[in-house]
Amino acid sequence: MNPQIPDGLRELLALAAGAGQAPWRTLLRPGDWLLLLCCAALVAASYPLLWRGGVADRAIVKRDGRLVTELALNVARKYEVTGAIGTTVIEVQPGRARVLSDPGPRQYCVQQGWLSRANAVAICAPNHVTLQLAGRGGAHADYDTINY
Amino acid sequence: MPIMTPSTIELPVTADDYRIARYAAAAIALSVAETALPSPLPGIKPGLANIIVLVVLARYGWRDAAWVSLLRVVAGSLVVGQFLAPGFFLALAGALCSLAVLAAAQHLPPRVFGPVSASVLAAFAHIGGQLLLARAWLVPHDGVFYLLPLFATAALLFGSINGLVAARLLAAPSTESPTP
Repeated sequence: MNPQIPDGLRELLALAAGAGQAPWRTLLRPGDWLLLLCCAALVAASYPLLWRGGVADRAIVKRDGRLVTELALNVARKYEVTGAIGTTVIEVQPGRARVLSDPGPRQYCVQQGWLSRANAVAICAPNHVTLQLAGRGGAHADYDTINY
Repeated sequence: MPIMTPSTIELPVTADDYRIARYAAAAIALSVAETALPSPLPGIKPGLANIIVLVVLARYGWRDAAWVSLLRVVAGSLVVGQFLAPGFFLALAGALCSLAVLAAAQHLPPRVFGPVSASVLAAFAHIGGQLLLARAWLVPHDGVFYLLPLFATAALLFGSINGLVAARLLAAPSTESPTP
């Protein structure tokens, strides 16, 4: 067997110690620069994906799974839905929405507070009413409340 | 009692096997050492073992590079106890994708494109393969793609650095010892 250190690793260690080498920039060929620039541009262009994906622009109100109304999230307003056991009040403000009041006994959907991310859901089960936010990216653009 | 005749089974070992084993050992050592580095996000790693793969690709061709890369994935995961764990399959998917891209990238004109290009392309293929497998299997939701900018940044950064190190190793006066 060969007792030597693998030469890849040995070379690496020798070079890490700073053995006399060509300067770094001479190691890049013209195409490398071009490719690096293109890749950097693509990476920079992908950043909006990280932040813009989850913005909600409308609230979807459903009763028994059927669409009742869609409210745009750009004007403040209130909307009343008559459900199985009473009236649920939805409040919309620019960029967010919440269940303001609900006749349900435990008030889970009211206590959830303001929803602002796309696909966030508040479910008022006793009254059979749901409030869901939607963004531009369609139904699967972001985590929803259940999937989070 | 019959006396057992001592028999040795000799597997023919070629110089190629020794060479691949030595490079693979270096790659495994680097990938194991790298697991000690803290990472800001699971999956973001320098991928230092790919330096070895790039050097082998440039010196001995794609077949040897594929051997070293895949041996690194299998043996490296055995060493850190991740064999057949999700991380192993992610690493395998990344390695297979980057090997596929390297197979194409080695036909780029060598005067124009050096090891840095190969390294960056392979790094992007690596995260691409990992993200696709993660999306298909581990996180069945498009939410994983929101992390793409972070992974792509890491791929560009570490791909460039690894490529530069590989280029420097290849440009260095050969310290290769004669094969035993």
